[in-house]
Amino acid sequence: MKKLQKADYIKMYSFMLKIRRFEERAAQLYGMGKIGGFCHLYIGQEAVVVGILMTIDKNDSVVTTYRDHGHMIARGLDPKRIMAELTGREDGYSAGKGGSMHMFSKENNFYGGHGIVGAQVPIGTGIAFTHKYNGEKNICRTYIGDGAMNNGQVFEAFNLAALWKLPVLYIIENNKYGMGTSVDRAAAGLDLYKRGEAFGIPGEKVDGMNVFSVIEAADKAGKYVREGNGPYIIEVQTYRYRGHSMSDPAKYRTKEELDNYKQTDPIEIVKAEILKKKIATNDEIEKINKDTLEEIKNAAEFATNSPFPKDSELYTDVYL
Amino acid sequence: MSTEILMPALSPTMTEGNLSKWLIKKGDTVKAGDLIAEIETDKATMEVEAVDEGVVLDLLFKEGEANIPVNKAIAIIGDPNEKVEVKKEASIEKVIEEKKIEKNIEPKIENKKTDIIDTPSPKIEEDRNLSSEEITMRQALRDTMAEEMRKDNKVFILGEEVAEYQGAYKVTQGLLQEFGKERVLDTPISEHGFTGLAVGAAFKGLRPILEFMTFNFSMQAIDQIINSAAKTLYMSGGQINCPIVFRGPNGAAAQVAAQHSQDFSSWYSQVPGLKVIAPSTPYNAKGLLRSAISDPNPVIFLENEILYGLKGPVNNDVNFSIPIGKANIEKEGKDLTIVTYSIMLQKSKEAALRLKEEYNLDAEIIDLQTLRPLDTETILNSVKKTNRLITVEESWPFGSVGSEIANIVQRDAFDYLDSPVIKVNSADVPMPYALSLEKLYLPQVDDIINAAKKVSYIK
Repeated sequence: MKKLQKADYIKMYSFMLKIRRFEERAAQLYGMGKIGGFCHLYIGQEAVVVGILMTIDKNDSVVTTYRDHGHMIARGLDPKRIMAELTGREDGYSAGKGGSMHMFSKENNFYGGHGIVGAQVPIGTGIAFTHKYNGEKNICRTYIGDGAMNNGQVFEAFNLAALWKLPVLYIIENNKYGMGTSVDRAAAGLDLYKRGEAFGIPGEKVDGMNVFSVIEAADKAGKYVREGNGPYIIEVQTYRYRGHSMSDPAKYRTKEELDNYKQTDPIEIVKAEILKKKIATNDEIEKINKDTLEEIKNAAEFATNSPFPKDSELYTDVYL
Repeated sequence: MSTEILMPALSPTMTEGNLSKWLIKKGDTVKAGDLIAEIETDKATMEVEAVDEGVVLDLLFKEGEANIPVNKAIAIIGDPNEKVEVKKEASIEKVIEEKKIEKNIEPKIENKKTDIIDTPSPKIEEDRNLSSEEITMRQALRDTMAEEMRKDNKVFILGEEVAEYQGAYKVTQGLLQEFGKERVLDTPISEHGFTGLAVGAAFKGLRPILEFMTFNFSMQAIDQIINSAAKTLYMSGGQINCPIVFRGPNGAAAQVAAQHSQDFSSWYSQVPGLKVIAPSTPYNAKGLLRSAISDPNPVIFLENEILYGLKGPVNNDVNFSIPIGKANIEKEGKDLTIVTYSIMLQKSKEAALRLKEEYNLDAEIIDLQTLRPLDTETILNSVKKTNRLITVEESWPFGSVGSEIANIVQRDAFDYLDSPVIKVNSADVPMPYALSLEKLYLPQVDDIINAAKKVSYIK
């Protein structure tokens, strides 16, 4: 594995912080009625996508679930335009037609943002098929929620990926709850990473609160896939601090459980490491905090000032 | 006592077979279960076993003889000591004579229970590139796929049995041999999975042709077709298109009952983001499939199993295409308009002949070719001329393509109508198995004639 440089630590911290501040601001805008519909926050899970990001090749493809804001930020996309999609404005990544769950950036190989649980898994497998068909060395990272791991098409995709040795890295973000149903009430067999075994797909479980563990696993898995060995599964153990969506009070879990996870907050872990290794001072970290807050505040302002899509846009983009 | 061995029906739509090879010869003793011959059907070459026992007294056809009707005696077995009243020469002559007669009655189509006629429409005959040779619909589809695959490496085909088996209905015959297993892929029986995979490949820039063994199985995958393929261009603000063709046989075949006989034309035609095509002849199958493969949007291409054996001339120019969204006036007429598509075009043509002969009604027939986007202009212009309209389709009646046409016509040509629009559809029930009930379920020529009489106020 490539040794992490000082700049990498700062990058990780900044991205994770940016995701959190973004989500907090999104929650605020939702409360103000500026964001409508469903809005699924990523707070608590930041180490997953940022850890994977550290092993990325920019020509690799990504496809994910509807809990996608953090994934877009990690992909380096502009928080202004992400927020503008959440507010349904013309400057949003989908020109205001997709919303929180359906965001895409083709030029950045970001293929959504999918609203149907499990649907992104065959799709990501098909994107990987294309990389192989075209003779490219790239891989497609396909994110799966723990809830989707009980959905039939996921296993159809696993079978096809293994059968055709497709360059796809499956990342199960196990945040312990599929909406309000805990994993142990939904899945027979809690080791989700083992569910590829029948197809010969290797898998492993990773601590998703610790970004360093994620990087290590993603690096190893990514190499395996990139070398043409077929798919690989990483199950990342994580936790969402908020409810399933903005309208979910999360009464199905205890306050103690949440507080327990907050003890291992992914952002705090990186920050502690930075201070311990003397990569940055407290003051320098404070400056990152302040800049990030400012950037997200600007994004919110941009997103609430961007115009609504023109009425004539209703009938565009149905056909090419 | 001697027993005749008959040409067996080896598929639901088989009406005749070719005798590829005899595995027995005159004088052999056969036991039940012995292999006696290889028969080539419309779908495959299969070995046939003896059911009765005895000595082979006569083989009535030579190896290589083609188009032997189902239930025709092909060999005789029995006791060699018994006197047999079969003369080979006479028998073959008789069979050939009978074959000629049958051909005249049922020209150019394999299915026994459809009243299909295929005279090319005047417009097709005007095509200067029209081939002198007639080919089947399945060949027309196959050739078009091969031509497009030669032009563009991004075009590939996947589906169940499309490669090594050569296609469940032989529509992909020879493609594996020409293009290799990277571009002609057998999938597991896993519609939801491989449809999603193909949609992902199309998002990333490939141009998949996905064959559903029949469209009945597309219901397993319908979320990927509608939520992913049809909606993503819109949801991504125009960034991600999905150039894919979903093709395969749609609607009734022959006695395959409720779960294998559904017509999906109105289901898919309801969805913005999809284009829906339903060819009716080898000629338009070629032109329309080329347009479908070249289109940057997801296209549902609804074929018909019974039409696969339909022969007709085609345009062999590898760039010949028929535009999506354009109906064909199959036959001009002045007294009433029949709007139809797919296999019901053939039944409508038969009905039109009888309407002329028996009632002196001159029907105009519009073959929609594309169901979405619908060529409303051609329909409206026709109704403004004839003032009477019937729609004929195999779909269930509720919310069918005909329902939408009736809506459009009453809205935009109300003052031109001299009678209410009448829809001819399949019965509003699941498809029954029994041959008699299946016939009742499907629109028949008489149903079309009755509808035409009704809009013309003829008792």
